[in-house]
Amino acid sequence: MAKGKVYFDDDICKGCELCTTVCPVDIVIMDKERINAKGYHPATVSDMDKCIGCANCATICPDSVITVEREKK
Amino acid sequence: MSKTLMKGNEALGAAAIQAGCKYFFGYPITPQNELPEYMARELPMIEGGAFVQAESEVAAINMIYGAAGAGARCMTSSSSPGMALKQEGISYIAGAELPCVIVNISRGGPGLGGIQPSQADYFQSTRGGGNGDYRHLVYAPATIQEAVDLVMEAFDVADYYRNPVIVIGDGMIGQMMEPVEFKELKKRDLPVKDWATTGTNEERKPNIINSLALDPAELEKHNQKLTRKYKEMEEKEVRHEDYQVEDAELIFVAYGTTSRITRNVVDSLREEGIKAGMIRPITLWPFPTAAIQNVPASAKALLAVEMSEGQMIDDVKIAIEGRLPAYHYGRSGGMIPVPEDIIEKAKEILGGVK
Amino acid sequence: MMQVVYEKTKGLTDKQTHYCPGCTHGVIHKLVGEVLVELGVLGKTVGVAPVGCSVLAYDYFNCDMHEAAHGRAPAVATGIKRVLPDHTVFTYQGDGDLASIGTAEIIHAAHRGEKFTTIFVNNAIYGMTGGQMAPTTLIGQKATTSPYGRDQATTGMPLKVSEMLATIDGAAFVERVSVHDVPNIRKAKKAIKKAFQVQIEGTGFGIVEILSTCPTNWGITPVDSLTWLKENMIPYYPLGNFRTPEEVK
Repeated sequence: MAKGKVYFDDDICKGCELCTTVCPVDIVIMDKERINAKGYHPATVSDMDKCIGCANCATICPDSVITVEREKK
Repeated sequence: MSKTLMKGNEALGAAAIQAGCKYFFGYPITPQNELPEYMARELPMIEGGAFVQAESEVAAINMIYGAAGAGARCMTSSSSPGMALKQEGISYIAGAELPCVIVNISRGGPGLGGIQPSQADYFQSTRGGGNGDYRHLVYAPATIQEAVDLVMEAFDVADYYRNPVIVIGDGMIGQMMEPVEFKELKKRDLPVKDWATTGTNEERKPNIINSLALDPAELEKHNQKLTRKYKEMEEKEVRHEDYQVEDAELIFVAYGTTSRITRNVVDSLREEGIKAGMIRPITLWPFPTAAIQNVPASAKALLAVEMSEGQMIDDVKIAIEGRLPAYHYGRSGGMIPVPEDIIEKAKEILGGVK
Repeated sequence: MMQVVYEKTKGLTDKQTHYCPGCTHGVIHKLVGEVLVELGVLGKTVGVAPVGCSVLAYDYFNCDMHEAAHGRAPAVATGIKRVLPDHTVFTYQGDGDLASIGTAEIIHAAHRGEKFTTIFVNNAIYGMTGGQMAPTTLIGQKATTSPYGRDQATTGMPLKVSEMLATIDGAAFVERVSVHDVPNIRKAKKAIKKAFQVQIEGTGFGIVEILSTCPTNWGITPVDSLTWLKENMIPYYPLGNFRTPEEVK
């Protein structure tokens, strides 16, 4: 499977959790340990190694918080 | 320059095209129909020109908002009830500082009213029927030649101040035929429309045409900027004509076609040895307050003659500040004042004033 | 070697939106921005924002914008397009703006075949003003002005805008899509691109009705709103294409 990587622009996240519902490998979670500049728990990834770079999370994010990279064969 | 015999409504259209107007958005309503009809014939013949019959006057004024925001010279026209529908749009256009020309060939009211001439839209035009603190120049031509001249100038004035300009004529101005010529205007030095939405070409920040400002401090700052603009208009754009005022005892105040009737009344009274004169506002806003404040010492009374139940009389009273009695005589509903009745009213007033 | 496969579109400005958390207005903004960039027309686009939640859209799209009076965006867009026929013009409107106060404007823009594109966001409620009933509010759905649930007897049936506009010949492209899940978001983007292509090719008026969520005024979480949309709105507002010019099919 292709390797992927995601980046979260934490302070833009509004903690809506939509991205956590679409990850095929279930690694997108809310970071309950942190609060961002807006006072929300920002979304994050629990295990980056599993990321396949499908961009589902970024696609459903209403606020363009997520940037996705994928390994180019 | 040879003169052409033209119907007022058509002359207004021709003048707009002469002034470079290429876009007209209108809607049928008597007594201004010949204007959109003229534009429907002429504008498609012009490179890039467009005529659109909108689904309503509300849509038409908002098409103006779009066209003007895109940087074009554009015009719409209507009549009293249709002008009422446009008031919201005019307030937005003033708020967003967009130049355009709006013609009102007014008719009797209120409500559906009638289709005969009237001047009962004075308050609507000079106070503004939309929301918020805004103003716009209101030109009131008395002849079709003056209407042509004022429409041509209105486009420059609109661009200069980035503001809507209203040209108001009662039904007669729209329906009469008179010889007109299209003179070369003295050029105003007009600002570049760098604010227009012509596309960023990805080379500049987006231009935004907008009247919303949710932050009250920002909205107040915007209002104060508009007020400065309106002050400049009041100083530079007020216009009127004095007719035999210098030694007059009774001074009429009348505009548009009513002023032509009143001019004859002044002449008749003079023939009877009664010293009458007339101040004719050419801009209804700004109102020629100074002209009224500076009436000669001979003046004993003012008489506003209007095709309405009395609207401009308020501005006359404001201007004279109680120094002289100010009366109103008017017909409404489309009835046109006749000299005999005006003369009778004048004598009644003078009789009463020693 | 890692390659960026998804990033914020140049079609949107850097301004963060005011939309509520999870409101899919944000998703739709991204789709429109991405399409404008992919079609290479961003620099010659003029958009018209409505009155409603997306009233501030003029700060979010990275192109020249107009803010229109409530319901009047299609008339404003008509004026712009007639002046700039070779530019790409779109309106972005909510259901209160388009399906209530602005019905005459949208019907007549379609009727005249005005060559601009309308992005119509249907979230079955008035969001900005705090949750009132809209013409698209579903029967039985509670809103602040249908507190006992919308009652057909006194407020009629919810308005099916796409079906209505599909009866108008000037409407060259009419499609209803949704953004309640990733596959549908991708389909929505295709429809938006087709609608803009219909404009760019000069075929005529195009509208994409996009079912969208309103967690705040529906009173449910953003995630549950996606499900609510799927289970309640889609049955009444079936997705699909209602009109497409042959060549774009």
